[in-house]
Amino acid sequence: MIVASILLLLLTGGAAWAAPSALPPPEGFHALDTPNDAGRSLSLVWKASPSDSKDRTVQIWIGEGKGEGEFKIVADFPANTRYMKPGEFPFWAQPAGPGDHYLKLPSSKAFPIEDGKPYAVKLLVREGDQEVWSAVAQATSRADLFNTAQVNNLMFVLAFTGVLLASISAARRNPHVRLRRIAGLDAVDEAIGRSTEMGRPILYLTGAGDMSEVPTIAATTILGEVAKKVARYDTTLKVPHRDPIVMAVCQEIVKEAYIEAGRPDAYKEDSNFFITSDQFSYTAAVDGIMLREKPAANFFMGSYFAESLLLTETGASTGAIQIAGTDSDHQLPFFVTTCDYTLIGEELYAASAYLSREPVLVGTLRGQDFGKAFIMSALVLGTALATVGVIFQTEVFNYVLDFFRDFK
Amino acid sequence: MIFLKRQLPLAITFIMGIAFALQYYIPHPVSEEAITSVSKWMQIISGFALLLGVASLFHVHAVKIKRQVPGWGYSFVLYLGIFITILVGFWGKGEVKVDGAQTAFGWLYDYMMVPLQGTMFSILAFFIASAAYRAFRARSREASVLLIAAVVVMMGRVPLGQFLLPWTWDVTQWLLNVMNSAVRRAILIGVSMGSIALSLKIILGIERSYLGGGKEQ
Repeated sequence: MIVASILLLLLTGGAAWAAPSALPPPEGFHALDTPNDAGRSLSLVWKASPSDSKDRTVQIWIGEGKGEGEFKIVADFPANTRYMKPGEFPFWAQPAGPGDHYLKLPSSKAFPIEDGKPYAVKLLVREGDQEVWSAVAQATSRADLFNTAQVNNLMFVLAFTGVLLASISAARRNPHVRLRRIAGLDAVDEAIGRSTEMGRPILYLTGAGDMSEVPTIAATTILGEVAKKVARYDTTLKVPHRDPIVMAVCQEIVKEAYIEAGRPDAYKEDSNFFITSDQFSYTAAVDGIMLREKPAANFFMGSYFAESLLLTETGASTGAIQIAGTDSDHQLPFFVTTCDYTLIGEELYAASAYLSREPVLVGTLRGQDFGKAFIMSALVLGTALATVGVIFQTEVFNYVLDFFRDFK
Repeated sequence: MIFLKRQLPLAITFIMGIAFALQYYIPHPVSEEAITSVSKWMQIISGFALLLGVASLFHVHAVKIKRQVPGWGYSFVLYLGIFITILVGFWGKGEVKVDGAQTAFGWLYDYMMVPLQGTMFSILAFFIASAAYRAFRARSREASVLLIAAVVVMMGRVPLGQFLLPWTWDVTQWLLNVMNSAVRRAILIGVSMGSIALSLKIILGIERSYLGGGKEQ
């Protein structure tokens, strides 16, 4: 009898030993307002478990208030997903620890989330026929007034602004700032002189952009300098436009340039004229002007798209001297191939300072150089730290690298 | 007058420039609504500004017809095209299709505008060929390097080239991903710095030539 009892005890004990362990509830589960967002969303965080697998699922249940009402299921996914992605947040704005589960729960039609209203959230973990609920977590969504993830970006902009202002101040005290030669801008006089000698017009294009784009503004400032020289040489200037607002601005710029050059009588109201906003219709019209009127100099400043080669190749076929300046990197090969001179990228923005030689504007170029020196140093330092981090399998350098990343 | 022409635009530029630079850092819905509203305003202003453009277009071509300058016939064709399109557009109430049937306005767009645009775009292929011929003439050491790189990339990008010279695929990828990307990024960094500097100059009123006239403060 005793032996039978011992055997029974051993058997039941053995059975208990062999049975699968109970499903563990999610550890460290909590809900929070999604940081640095426009509101109407919550974020959920819980600890990763070594037993998380694709066979185990996690369901998100959400309810209004403190959880006394009805809960609705809003998400269902395998337990080995939804981790914090490396590099998703900077170290100073991380909502969860490294390796934790992180899920952003945005407002949806199925369950709208409103700002300022409390919500209760819980997780249901299921595997086979087992299931376990987490504790109920509460959170309230709100819209943020500042994106702390972008504080590094703001710091860089403020520092760069400070450097620019300091450079301008230094240039005012000492106006003799040396500028590297830009062949394309040195050739402006040559191009205008050639047009004058040949008695042919100068064609100036401001690109495809509107006045809200920086390259268009740069193109209009260069137009002012070109127009002054054109006025002095008494040559004809033609500026066909794709945007009526750019046309109105350019009319004013050219008019002022003629007045400044002491030749208001030579200014023609229709030197700036509108053609069309349509890309290829505009291109066809400008190509027509090139072929009929054969300008001796063509200027292509601003941003360009597929029309760049159609314009410049036609211009090249007429034998005109061509000067281009663009920040559209994908069009640069076409300009370099077909134009006599090309202002590459930042040279377009430097052109106004280069042509006018005004100390205040020239000073900003030195400020830009400081900015570029900083970026180059950051590139070298970042590459070195990232490489050392990979070699020694350490993430300690990520704290430094995060400063140089662009977070949204 | 100087206030309306100089100080007021500079003040508006400063306030709006600072406000929308800060908007980038503010995720609040009010900030999002502000930029949406401004974008809509810009569209409305552009719509009205189109009248300026049309007026300019009519004026320039009317003068050409009146003075009968060489090629004035093109200006006449332009007038004809504009008026026919406007009339047909009004007649078809601006619709390109009614009950699945194409209107005259839709016909004008599909069978005149689209083929004309397609023709202009297709010319690009020939222009690329002529520009490439000029660029790839090995007149200097740099041009020779360009020619070799271009031939390798062309071979690596077409099936026949890959079949004949399989190694060109890897070299092409290396040229595009390493050499080309590095240069493009260098240009983009310079462009970004220049763009920020010019924006700051405009916001702070240092660069004001876009208003016409001098730049000095």
